Amino acid sequence: MRRFAGPDTMISADTLARPALQNDYMAFPDPRGRFGDYGGRYVPETLMPLVLALEAAYEAANADPEFHRELNGYLATYVGRPSPLYFARRLTEHFGGAKVYLKREELNHTGAHKINNCMGQILLARRMGKTRIIAETGAGQHGVATATVCALFGLPCVVYMGAVDVERQAPNVLRMNLLGAEVRPVISGASTLKDAMNEALRDWVTNVEDTYYLIGSAAGPHPYPMMVRDFQRVIGVETRAQLLEAEGRLPDALVACVGGGSNAIGLFHPFLNDESVRLYGVEASGDGMHTGRHAAALTGGRPGVLHGNKTYLLQDADGQITEAHSISAGLDYPGIGPEHAWLYDVGRVKYLTATDDDALEAFKLCAKLEGIVPALESAHALARLPEICAEVGKAGVVVLNLSGRGDKDLATVAARMGVTLEGAA
Amino acid sequence: MSGGRIQKRFAELAAQNRAAFIAYVMAGDPDAGTALSILKGLPAAGADLIELGIPFSDPMADGPPIQKAALRALASQMTLEGVFDLARRFRESDAVTPIVLMGYLNPIMSLGYEAFAARAAAAGIDGLIAVDCPPEEADPLADALDSRGVDLIRLATPTTDDARLAIVARRTRGFLYYVAVAGVTGAKSAAASDVAPAVARVRAASGLPVAVGFGIRTPAQATAIARVADAAVVGSALVDAIADALADGRDPVAATLGVAADLGAAVRSARELVG
Repeated sequence: MRRFAGPDTMISADTLARPALQNDYMAFPDPRGRFGDYGGRYVPETLMPLVLALEAAYEAANADPEFHRELNGYLATYVGRPSPLYFARRLTEHFGGAKVYLKREELNHTGAHKINNCMGQILLARRMGKTRIIAETGAGQHGVATATVCALFGLPCVVYMGAVDVERQAPNVLRMNLLGAEVRPVISGASTLKDAMNEALRDWVTNVEDTYYLIGSAAGPHPYPMMVRDFQRVIGVETRAQLLEAEGRLPDALVACVGGGSNAIGLFHPFLNDESVRLYGVEASGDGMHTGRHAAALTGGRPGVLHGNKTYLLQDADGQITEAHSISAGLDYPGIGPEHAWLYDVGRVKYLTATDDDALEAFKLCAKLEGIVPALESAHALARLPEICAEVGKAGVVVLNLSGRGDKDLATVAARMGVTLEGAA
Repeated sequence: MSGGRIQKRFAELAAQNRAAFIAYVMAGDPDAGTALSILKGLPAAGADLIELGIPFSDPMADGPPIQKAALRALASQMTLEGVFDLARRFRESDAVTPIVLMGYLNPIMSLGYEAFAARAAAAGIDGLIAVDCPPEEADPLADALDSRGVDLIRLATPTTDDARLAIVARRTRGFLYYVAVAGVTGAKSAAASDVAPAVARVRAASGLPVAVGFGIRTPAQATAIARVADAAVVGSALVDAIADALADGRDPVAATLGVAADLGAAVRSARELVG
């Protein structure tokens, strides 16, 4: 019987002497869009032909060198890639453990990692001949990135955003409007990200001919989790090369915040089979896990189906989805990408949590010590650096994905600090 | 076991050369007691089959009327167990009208497919429409339902081409639900001229009765659909009747059954008028 020719089938003295690679973590999803038991295509029949067509179009584009040439060109000249890998000397000294490097995704055009995915998908939408773009957004970062690439290619853009988020992220709403996008406030449910995603799906099911749904996280029906991950992999691929150049070695640990999880999977994926590299995702535990007011789908949820995929969800005993709570609008989602659900189950990635207060302290610390104001999302990852740096130890290297910049969060932080911003929106 | 109520009902109606009127209401809307009164009154008002919605927090294929109905039901503490209880109590006085549950997968998965199928069958439920469970994901659910004699009713839509139609029809039982418009429930209206060839195509592929829903609100629309399809499904107009009655301080039971009676009469007379 022929077996899959993975490293685990090639037994030699050398492989026996070292821990053998038990799994090829990079071989997923399977042809049904599954990461283990997670993922899949749980959409109404009206959308099934659309997601199948999207999958075929993505596979064709992915196999076409011209698509990658075009994408890489825009990433270099418009997004500003590669983003720097920066040795954070003062944070390193402050924690007194491993060397800390920051992957500077906040320096991308539009100020976050979101644009990597948007650039890939907009080129795909153009190849598919779609003439109208829709998106959902929480913090507004994905909405801004989508509005940006739509402006770049002259495509009409509708962004669904929970009415609560429209309120708390007013500067990003203005940015989207300036970029020519129509922002539609969503008042169903709790009026946050999950409700915006419901409304975007309702739009898509109604406008099946001309509309491309540009999902912002590594979630949703197959092929989105795979496709978004592939477009975000550039983060990890660059990090690997940059750290090899700076330190001559692989990192000991990678750290990223996890809401839907696109920045984390983008950083982690090229390292999944390097079992010496410890991987840490940090979920938002809001007011604290014990309060029930959090957004930690893995730590505090259980498997179910929402928004086209099977994954871990915050839900009650009857299978009703419950509201997420986080100071960070970008992490305020009751689910998580299906690849993270699988990596959690198999134990390849360790998922930690950080509260609103933890994130706020880390936000201030990073600003003060490094002159970098991080997004509140990224601040959740920063908050777990003390333990991770201590665990890795002084001889080691930790890379943290600084996924976005914090300008958008100043109003939220000011309110928490009891500061009144004169003239603020 | 369902005792083949769905099959029996469609056979009876075919013998009478008329289409079925399928009335959709949300379980627990606006509360369990009122919903039970509406359910019990529907057959006399002309409903040949009843679709009972399972409320869900995130109904992504539904328009505002059914979204709001789900919120009313959840606000009155309706649960999946409560849905089974409603069906059980309806069955105490009606052994023949088929009941089909319609909802989203998560509450069903949360309970477990085997447990869901067993409890549904025990409650006298005849079928299930799982909106966000396409054929590609449905085998474990279909296996569980088959073992209890509960029909898994699948959806075909304007985007379902012939190749997919074969996939959709493969494990469908009872009847096939044709979604007349690309969109959410209660939004666009369906033109009977577009629906007729689609129904013929779906019927040929499945060999089953074809019910048409999404976009039928008025008696006139119901009449037009009942001339070409085996059943006309109306949901949003009925749940709107509940919402309007509540807003005006009228009796939601009488209001809903009044709307149902008009729709039932329209379906009943559709083919007589064609003569």
